[in-house]
Amino acid sequence: MTASPNGGPILEIRDLETYFFTRDGVVKAVDGVDLTVGKGEIVGLVGESGCGKSVTSMSILRLIQNPGEIVDGEIYFHGEDLLKVSEKEMRSIRGDRISMIFQQPVGSLNPVFTAGSQISEVYEIHEDIKGKEGFKSAVDMLTKVGIPDPERRAKSYPHELSGGMAQRVMIAMALAAGPELLIADEPTTALDVTIQAQIIDLLADIRNDLGTSIILITHDLGIVAEIADRVAVMYAGEIVEEAATKTLFADPQHPYTKGLIGSIPVAGSRREWLDVIPGRVPNLIDLPTGCRFAPRCRAREEAGLTICTEQRPELRMTESGHTVRCFLYEDGAT
Amino acid sequence: MNIKGLVKTYPIKGGAFQKVLGTVKAVDNVDLEIRQGEALGLVGESGCGKSTFGRAILRLEEPDAGSVEFNGVDVLQLSAKDLKPYRRDAQVVFQDPFGSLDPRTSVGDSIAEGLRVQGVSRKQRGRRVADVLELVGLEPYHANRYPHEFSGGQRQRIGIARALAVDPKFIVLDEPVSALDVSIQSQILNLLNQLQRELDLTLLFIAHDLSVVEHLCDRIAVMYLGRIVEIANRDDLFANPTHPYTEALLSAIPVPDPTVNRKRILLEGDLPSPLNPPSGCTFHTRCPIAVEGICDVTPPELRPVNGESHEASCHLRTGDHQDLNRPLLAAQ
Amino acid sequence: MTYEPPHAGDDRTPSDPEDAADQPLDTMAASDAVRDEVRMDLSGGGVSATTAGGLWRTAGREIIRKKSAIIGMALLSVLLILAVFAPIIAPYDPNQVLFDQGVSPRDPPCIHLFGCDEEKSQHILGIDGNGRDYFSRIVYGARVSLLAAFVAVLFAMFWGTIVGLIAGFFGGWADNVLMRIMDVLLSFPSLLLAIAVVTVLGPGLINAILAIAIVTIPQYARIVRSSVLSIREQEYVAADQALGVGRWRLLAHRIFPNTLTPLIVIATLGIATAVLEIASLSFLGLGVQPPTPEWGSMLAAERNQVFTAPHLVFFAGLMIMWNVLGFNLLGDGLRDAIDPRLGR
Repeated sequence: MTASPNGGPILEIRDLETYFFTRDGVVKAVDGVDLTVGKGEIVGLVGESGCGKSVTSMSILRLIQNPGEIVDGEIYFHGEDLLKVSEKEMRSIRGDRISMIFQQPVGSLNPVFTAGSQISEVYEIHEDIKGKEGFKSAVDMLTKVGIPDPERRAKSYPHELSGGMAQRVMIAMALAAGPELLIADEPTTALDVTIQAQIIDLLADIRNDLGTSIILITHDLGIVAEIADRVAVMYAGEIVEEAATKTLFADPQHPYTKGLIGSIPVAGSRREWLDVIPGRVPNLIDLPTGCRFAPRCRAREEAGLTICTEQRPELRMTESGHTVRCFLYEDGAT
Repeated sequence: MNIKGLVKTYPIKGGAFQKVLGTVKAVDNVDLEIRQGEALGLVGESGCGKSTFGRAILRLEEPDAGSVEFNGVDVLQLSAKDLKPYRRDAQVVFQDPFGSLDPRTSVGDSIAEGLRVQGVSRKQRGRRVADVLELVGLEPYHANRYPHEFSGGQRQRIGIARALAVDPKFIVLDEPVSALDVSIQSQILNLLNQLQRELDLTLLFIAHDLSVVEHLCDRIAVMYLGRIVEIANRDDLFANPTHPYTEALLSAIPVPDPTVNRKRILLEGDLPSPLNPPSGCTFHTRCPIAVEGICDVTPPELRPVNGESHEASCHLRTGDHQDLNRPLLAAQ
Repeated sequence: MTYEPPHAGDDRTPSDPEDAADQPLDTMAASDAVRDEVRMDLSGGGVSATTAGGLWRTAGREIIRKKSAIIGMALLSVLLILAVFAPIIAPYDPNQVLFDQGVSPRDPPCIHLFGCDEEKSQHILGIDGNGRDYFSRIVYGARVSLLAAFVAVLFAMFWGTIVGLIAGFFGGWADNVLMRIMDVLLSFPSLLLAIAVVTVLGPGLINAILAIAIVTIPQYARIVRSSVLSIREQEYVAADQALGVGRWRLLAHRIFPNTLTPLIVIATLGIATAVLEIASLSFLGLGVQPPTPEWGSMLAAERNQVFTAPHLVFFAGLMIMWNVLGFNLLGDGLRDAIDPRLGR
């Protein structure tokens, strides 16, 4: 586990396994994930569709429903295993100590209640503040998240808000009770680029001003490069690489990470051809034996390794704070 | 292709008798020249009218005014019958890999539909379908399969195959990779690059992501609320973005490189509603350097920046009031 | 890193020749994202080996899994067998009056297996009020019920689809005029309207079928129209337009087949209603005319004998219920099977 910058970790996920028991088979959406989040840290959880990042975040808050089930693992929040607490306790944690914001802001808000009332509802539930005081707190929160003319906006309905504003309202709702951890699940994917920039900045401000830790789930490597302190790359239900942001981009080790970074077109530095990761993400019911990335791994072919299709690699630390799950690095050497 | 003065508006109806309450000017008097063999990128955020523009020049939507000259003929004036050759020369690839193919038709039949319209015989259709499937990196036997059996990336390839089947000269690509995973995106972008070269196609690439556009396009036009605010060669645009919106757009793109410490230009507020566009320069409500009395009164025109290949529409940058120009960052 | 242009197979892992469906990234709420992370790996990829049979085969497989659909089909198969093999199954001609064989009206059932005197002729369900073998009439009644309901729904579906397609696709005044007519029809309680139509046209099975069909057309028109409205906006329709496909071919080949999904479900459920309505009309004397056996009219004929000869009332009612239940279950199963699969 890497040491976090500001004291001990507030969240520690150990060996999380969340499976979906469907008619067609067992989908191993999350299969052995370890993750640590320190105080005031922004951890990026990166991966493409189907890698399990959303399922991981929902598992933290125990929002997994039938046919899904958290089958194994521990999630320590300030030393307490969230997977063992009662549902009642969990409910008091959600929204109060750990909050979550989602991808579709307008869709995630209740359309029949005003923005203000939805925020003040959080105060009502967790801090026992009602009525006029609640409204005032809501307006304060709206100001904090940068909404102009907050008093008027508090009385607006979700469909009257633009995407960016709705996302700010969601953030306000999430922060109202002063949580220590904010889980942001693809918060900007549905937003325009210029609005996205605003929201990303807002998240950074939240961390700087309020000291809130953030788990930032996204497929966009650019966003994590901007504000994340550490990045974990997920593939097919596992974490394949984890490092401090600067290290990850300067020295990506796992072939998937390399391929991912290489396939992004970067504005201002044009290459003739983009890197391509051949093939497709594996079927999570029918996983290949051995390394899950092996079928698509060019490096494996070039190095002539056979162990990749036979055994599953473990996460190993290659340098301080940098872990990789790949047989190319098994001896600790690159 | 030479497009002049294209206008497309949508009436907003409401009330018991569906009265026209207002109009949305999706495309507001746009001029654009698309040169043969080039890949032109059209970039903008949601609601700027780029998709509408793409559809309008293909006459998938009927524009309200303007002309679209293709090989010397104004396509907008053609009757439905005379439109057939144009339908062969100009094609489209859509964004949504799941909505762009008829779920009830086999892939081969979907691809062959255009050929059927052009009167190609069945045997030749089959051959062409096989050819074109290979061209996009799939197998001829895929023609018998149905869309739901393919992944998103493969469906996009099928969409591209469908457009290519009739051997067009010009293809409008409406956000063809926006709905795909990054690693699949790169496959499709490479494919498009390759195809453009091999087949000498002219492309109009519509996207909201400047970095994707940069990869593929020779020239790029930036749209905002129905108007083109800047147009330049690719390298020029990135080296010397002139319109404040372009500058802000460029600085907003997250760069996958944590060592780059960029001073970001943050725009205030949200995109204005196209129902109620701001007066004068439509960008002035969010522009950090807007000057009252000028920018909110008269709409600016596209004027050259340096040489004729780079144009921008801004009073302070290329217009009559360049003395009042300021850099964006200092203004924040 | 040297680049190789994409070849066939670059988008597929070497191990699986079947193709799975990736899900797009955006436009999903968190729970949807979770669901899709799961769903993405289920479809195809060798698990439920999707074949080149299109959507019907997938739907067919789904239906078989649905218990309700199976029960429905079982119920209906019985009726179908009765209807098709009526001459073989029924021991007597349904219209033959048997007084000359020594039976009296409303004789109780006489089943030799259960102890009835061997000398008396066997009548499994007894004799009806007019001296005919009740069981045979029940069996032949299946023919009328099934056929009539089917024809009525088919007729309504045909015209309703045409109206819906035209209204939905062309819009404008055609849409307005057609849908207003549909609204007028819909504003009447269906049975009353059917009665009115039959009164005008005169009683009889054909007219009853016609009446019920006319009354049901608006439902199908509406469904088809709303389907068309949403399909019209799909990108594959625009793609066809860009390819130069003419409007009529677009309507017939692209749009219409995609409206079938909800249509078939509604039609199946609609047959159940049609059965009831035909039975009702016949019960009122406006449908089937004597002596044709039909469960509704049989009910009417014997309704006063509820206490004295309950079997004459009971079985006719039971058959109607059987019929309706069968179609309802089948329709439900169809809807569940088709919707999630094809609604993607």
